[in-house]
Amino acid sequence: MLEAEHIGFRYGPHRPWILQDVTITVAPGEIVGLSGPSGRGKTTLAKILAGYLQPQVGQVRVDGHPLPRRGYCPVQLIFQHPELAINPRWRMVQVLTESHIPSREILADLNIEPGWLTRWPHELSGGELQRFAVARALGPQTRYLIADEITTMLDAITQAQIWQTVLAYARRHNVGVLAISHDRSLLARICDRVLTL
Amino acid sequence: MLSVHNLSITFTMYTTGLQRREFTPITGLDLDVGAGEVVAVVGESGSGKSLLAHAVLGILPRNARVAGEIRFQGELLTPERQAALRGKQIALIPQSVAFLDPLMRVGRQVRRAAELGGSDGTADAAQRAIFRRYHLPDRAANLYPFQVSGGMARRVLVAAAVVSGASLLIADEPTPGLHPEIVAETLRHLRELAAEGRAVLLITHDIGAALRVADRVAVFYAGTTLEIAAAADFTGKGEALRHPYTQALWRALPQNDFTPIPGSQPPPDALLPGCLFAPRCWLATPECHAARPPLRPVRGGWVRCIYA
Repeated sequence: MLEAEHIGFRYGPHRPWILQDVTITVAPGEIVGLSGPSGRGKTTLAKILAGYLQPQVGQVRVDGHPLPRRGYCPVQLIFQHPELAINPRWRMVQVLTESHIPSREILADLNIEPGWLTRWPHELSGGELQRFAVARALGPQTRYLIADEITTMLDAITQAQIWQTVLAYARRHNVGVLAISHDRSLLARICDRVLTL
Repeated sequence: MLSVHNLSITFTMYTTGLQRREFTPITGLDLDVGAGEVVAVVGESGSGKSLLAHAVLGILPRNARVAGEIRFQGELLTPERQAALRGKQIALIPQSVAFLDPLMRVGRQVRRAAELGGSDGTADAAQRAIFRRYHLPDRAANLYPFQVSGGMARRVLVAAAVVSGASLLIADEPTPGLHPEIVAETLRHLRELAAEGRAVLLITHDIGAALRVADRVAVFYAGTTLEIAAAADFTGKGEALRHPYTQALWRALPQNDFTPIPGSQPPPDALLPGCLFAPRCWLATPECHAARPPLRPVRGGWVRCIYA
């Protein structure tokens, strides 16, 4: 179980609270949706859940333990803009194998063409890069996935390709997913339940 | 108002040393937008949507070569005419607040757009009027771009484009990642502009948003127009649509089947001689791989498929 209890966060001691008393749980294999207007702290919560930010109040626990301070984080975050989440000085094969070697099936499901592996990030489109970001995050030690608007910038076919792969992977490996999106029909289609922040 | 015929754009790039490489991200692209009409251009990233906007505005980089013709109000758009018309008769509604000058108050930026559009001396009044029209409070004129909310920033961008008095507005990806209410408001603004007799070209990958506002939809794939259909053709299982790619795009929406077709768009440096969609098409025959199908009229729309 991924649990965040009574989370409070602000960027400085005298700054306004961005998140106050937010409690959220995601069970293994569960797909939970999160929506809400811009500026409510959805992305901040995503970063807290994945260990990129430390909350001032409350704690994030995975299966009863706090998030590890070093090593592979069992909660992986995928961002909206893959071009900002990929080292521009690495070829795509390095990006892909940063944490683990993804299986051939995953690459095939995500329609990652073998020819793309030797390319530089600037030679690929956003939709192509996002497939790499997804494959990179689906490592064997990933227990929970935070998907922050991962298909907002993509066309409907690429969106369906990516989500069908993620959903099948989550089902097979009992991975819990928190899907953040403004798209109500997408959340209604993929989620077991939807929360509003 | 705007008519694009057989447009191609070729880039020349240096790879290593003096070796030059050419690639053609847009080939045989056709589109027209009439006064009072919203035409949406949909397609995935890399399909040439934004390049089309840049070609119309004449702001392509210098290593780009343009072939084919672009006409505006019946006359050929030459580089000189583009320079004279952009910001006056043709205006861009850009994607994000990042297109505003971060160091200039938003009111001044809108006044500047009004001056460029020809309202010399009356720019102040024009700016105040356009702020009222888009429900921007007077005090917002004194704010810097980082101080306005996302929804307000969108209205500033629309205001800056409209205040010029342009008769053709090009909106480049104005909706992704926005809250549904702000999306609805932005789309309503585009519809109003068309109702005033202007022509609106909406560039987006979000087919759902496009269908809520557009009269017609042009579907781009790998730099060419595969289909131009009435928005009303996107219904049911997509039986009224003419091209297999358009049908696949429609069915892949989460509110429809959410089933993707496999494969991906071919890269611009490895285009095949035949139909660009043939490698992923379930109807493809050897003829499809032989030659690029022409754009032809079918059931009140246009399609680039020999089996439509």
